[in-house]
Amino acid sequence: MSKILVIGEISDGKLNSGTAKVVAAAAQIKGDITVALFGADVSAAAADAAKLDGVTKVLKIESAANANPLAAVYAPQIVELAAGYSHVLFPGTAFGKDTAPRVAARLGVQQVSDIMVAHSPTSFDRPTYAGNAIVTVEAPAAPAIVATVRLASFTAVGSSANAAIESASSSAALPSHTRFVKLEAQKSERPDLQAAARVVSGGRALGSSDAFKIIYSLADKMGAAVGASRAAVDSGYVPNDMQVGQTGKIIAPELYVAAGISGAIQHLAGIKDARTIVAINKDAEAPIFEVADFGLVADLFTAVPELEGKL
Amino acid sequence: MSVETPVERDVMEYDVLIVGAGPSGLAAACKLKQIAAEKGAEISVCVVEKGSEVGAHILSGAVFEPRALNELFPNWKELGAPLNAPVVRDELHLFYSPQKSFKFLNFMIPSPMHNEGNYVISLGNLCRWLAQQAESLGVEIYPGFAAQEVLIDEQNVVRGVQIGDLGVGHDGKPKDGVYAPGMELRAKYTLFSEGCRGHLGKRLIQQYQLESKDAPQHYGIGLKELWEIDPAKHEKGLVVHGAGWPLQAFGTEATGGSFLYHLENNQVVVGLIVDLSYSNPFLSPFDEFQRFKHHPVIAKYLEGGKRLSYGARALVKGGLDALPKLVFPGGALIGDDAGMLNYSKIKGSHTAMKSGMLAAEAVAERLLAGSEGGDVLNGYPEKFKASWLYDELYRSRNFGAVLHKFGALIGGTINWIEQNIFGGKAPWHFRDLKKDHETLKPAAQSQKIVYPKPDGKLSFDKLSSVFLSSTNHEEDQPVHLRLKDPSIPIGRNLPLYDEPAQRYCPAGVYEVVTAATGDKRFQINAQNCVHCKTCDIKDPSQNITWVAPEGNGGPNYPNM
Amino acid sequence: MKALVSVKRVVDYNVRVQVKSDGSGVITEGVKHSMNPFDEIAMEEAVRLKEKGKLTEIVAITIGGAKNEETLRSALAFGADRAIHIKEEGDVQPLTAARAFAAALKKEGAQVFFAGKQAIDDDANQTGQMVAALLDIAQATFASKVELDGGKAVVTREVDAGLETLEVDLPAVITTDLRLNEPRYLKLPDIMKAKKKPIETVTFADLGVEKGAALTISKTSAPPKRSKGIMVKTVDELVSALKSKGLV
Repeated sequence: MSKILVIGEISDGKLNSGTAKVVAAAAQIKGDITVALFGADVSAAAADAAKLDGVTKVLKIESAANANPLAAVYAPQIVELAAGYSHVLFPGTAFGKDTAPRVAARLGVQQVSDIMVAHSPTSFDRPTYAGNAIVTVEAPAAPAIVATVRLASFTAVGSSANAAIESASSSAALPSHTRFVKLEAQKSERPDLQAAARVVSGGRALGSSDAFKIIYSLADKMGAAVGASRAAVDSGYVPNDMQVGQTGKIIAPELYVAAGISGAIQHLAGIKDARTIVAINKDAEAPIFEVADFGLVADLFTAVPELEGKL
Repeated sequence: MSVETPVERDVMEYDVLIVGAGPSGLAAACKLKQIAAEKGAEISVCVVEKGSEVGAHILSGAVFEPRALNELFPNWKELGAPLNAPVVRDELHLFYSPQKSFKFLNFMIPSPMHNEGNYVISLGNLCRWLAQQAESLGVEIYPGFAAQEVLIDEQNVVRGVQIGDLGVGHDGKPKDGVYAPGMELRAKYTLFSEGCRGHLGKRLIQQYQLESKDAPQHYGIGLKELWEIDPAKHEKGLVVHGAGWPLQAFGTEATGGSFLYHLENNQVVVGLIVDLSYSNPFLSPFDEFQRFKHHPVIAKYLEGGKRLSYGARALVKGGLDALPKLVFPGGALIGDDAGMLNYSKIKGSHTAMKSGMLAAEAVAERLLAGSEGGDVLNGYPEKFKASWLYDELYRSRNFGAVLHKFGALIGGTINWIEQNIFGGKAPWHFRDLKKDHETLKPAAQSQKIVYPKPDGKLSFDKLSSVFLSSTNHEEDQPVHLRLKDPSIPIGRNLPLYDEPAQRYCPAGVYEVVTAATGDKRFQINAQNCVHCKTCDIKDPSQNITWVAPEGNGGPNYPNM
Repeated sequence: MKALVSVKRVVDYNVRVQVKSDGSGVITEGVKHSMNPFDEIAMEEAVRLKEKGKLTEIVAITIGGAKNEETLRSALAFGADRAIHIKEEGDVQPLTAARAFAAALKKEGAQVFFAGKQAIDDDANQTGQMVAALLDIAQATFASKVELDGGKAVVTREVDAGLETLEVDLPAVITTDLRLNEPRYLKLPDIMKAKKKPIETVTFADLGVEKGAALTISKTSAPPKRSKGIMVKTVDELVSALKSKGLV
């Protein structure tokens, strides 16, 4: 049976929501699941991790050196900890992507990036070419499989368990070549289009630059970034850098709201990884409805303000 | 077309500059280097290409006749030229309804349409290969750089070209930090090989009054898709040509032809050529092409297959009568920039290559004689007249005109008699004197055409098609489709012709947008452009001028 | 100070990638290839640092077959001084690539190894980190700002919570993210000059590198199409649907 080590991620002292999705991937592999948490004091996060369904053990690796998530510092400790595990899984976040290869290289293992599906303990689907081609890969089982998990492909496990929490320490030599200076939250008023969890986009149906106000207003209410279709950009309603689609930005938010966007293929190519798509369009035949999770045939000039009011 | 130098430009000088890395330009480049090597002389040759790579903007059927290639590289097989699918069989169909057709027996097929000894190829891939040969012969090739202006000196001599500036914003102003002025490439002789309706070629034809006195030039638009089909239905080397539906089999108001060729790797190409002399402004070449694929003769191959790519390109088909004067001081037109295509064979690659080789011979003769360039290359038209190329174009000189005048069936019959009885030297001569932009009838006198909705399996909408051309342009740059008079589309073309640009453009560049107030606006989606040049040709007011956008822009055709 | 910049030849970002019907991969024959866009950002950053006098030499490096020379020529046109071509026709996965780059970095004695954060073909996002791991040197991935100063680099990184700043001792690996810079246009005169710059060809054997463990790709398929969801009739229905999914 597989013995799976999940490297948890902590944000603001709490367990990052991605960890529950990595546990879901571990559950798909099937095996004994341990979550390891690194930090100066991870007790709060450990308590959350212990509740995740399927987790049998939570390991706390606490030290002053672990206060900030430095790949160069965590990696030697993870390598040491990995002995005896068949799999080491990381979240497909900036933290996981930074750290996992450092562990894999030290173990002499070719990493699997962005697992979407685990067919077996050694066979996985992963995206290539920006998600335009999915490859099924077979990874050598020995010495271990190191992988990152594509969070958008998994649904978080529940939290009704009660796993044991243990402390572990590491004797690995830690480098001094990397020093944390600071972490600044993004200052911009609106989230960045490419990084945002929620995006509201407007299309040519808005008819003018001025009319885009209702899109901005809804976005602000939702804490969302604002995007636009190429038609809206070409019509000069909004600047180029707001264009979502194949020749503009490719985004993968949790929630995408398309208002007055017909859904030309260029646009759809840019949002195919969005978790949930909401489409509001007057034209019931608009192609956007073919891919939308929720579709509303309505005039956006009434529906968008109404939606804003009711959120 | 005056040469202004508001900014400091780098200058590079060559013996020969070639504008456009298609079959004629690359054949000319290779031939020049071969002659130089043979004579132990040094001839520097530079090729500039607006596509992001050689082949990116090449779109052709293509059934390739290897005659010119045999002359240029007799050992092309050893050199690995991508001619992998010899034609095994020809079929010619007359489509007379959406369901029905008549298949001609072999003896009934006019001789120029027999393809024994020819190959089904991707012309893009042949050009990629020719570019490799050229580079190994020492030719410098620079893709991603568009020739923007012809350099003409005070003596009215062409001295080269200026490459377009990079990093110019939508408003025409240089963008901070990224602006890079285009270079001046100067040469003793400049060969223009931009293909059909080259934007510089067009200006040169005007500037030096090169236009044929015998007949105006005629054009068609070719639309093409590359498909991967069920291996069980694939017959490598099969060539299927068609006439008639969805265009007219008997009438003369919408003529053209269709093709389906089987390449290697279970791939087929399917295409429709619509003569741009069509008269109904509601006709949409794109939609005609989409519905054409539902004809049982074509659908039986495509069903269950997958479309890989889409593209469109205007082609020049006026033949010998419409051929402009080929030379001017300091340079020449070669390939389809001049109009070397043989429309009776629907082949222009071997003729383009041959014209390039003939021009190269003429240039090399002058250079080896010590010329400093700038003179008129009279050797080229002389060599052309004495070549098999002239003979071939002469034999098919009536083809386009009889099809325009008599339609596919009768015109085709006349062509059969000409070709199979008189060997192309019939004692008659037809000309079509009406220009393609003059043929449209007013919308009020024309019948609207209702096209079927695409089914998403065999037929598709325009934008998802353009998507497969992989076309792209830097967004922040001046619109490269210039209107001489911005009021014409809505003021004149819309009431008179229902603005046909909405339909003849195969890439959805032109739209008439109605605002909430009811006002109509002419929208140009320049990013969609696939560089086919149809708008430059067909606009009834001749109001649209296609100019080269920033280098690297345009389609990225794979295996087309 | 010398920088090594790895550049990869990939299917151009404008090309619509098509999966082969037999599942054996994607169609790469006859389609446009170019330098990985993230590597262009890496090249641009190195050139800017050289223009500021922070670097004295830029060496571009790639692994692959004969056609990769084009990519190196682009790197030379960007402003690399010379290039190293590790000739290898077969499939090279990140661990093996990292071993080769680590060996080259050591041999060259370069202080900075720049790479794009990932290549847009395999989207692995591993090689830079692995180079750092193999040499046990510092890494600063997903850089959006780089300052070189003496034996140190101060790098701002794009992480999920915002912007993180690290100080790392050199030698170090820096992988570049989208917002670091806007790569310049390659100018024709620079492309002409690049033809004359030297490219050294080496093999894995020359570098003493053995191919590492590799994944076996058993199948390539097109992504599943999104299916049509639910049509709601009113804004209220929409709001309750979104609420029930925990999206608002």
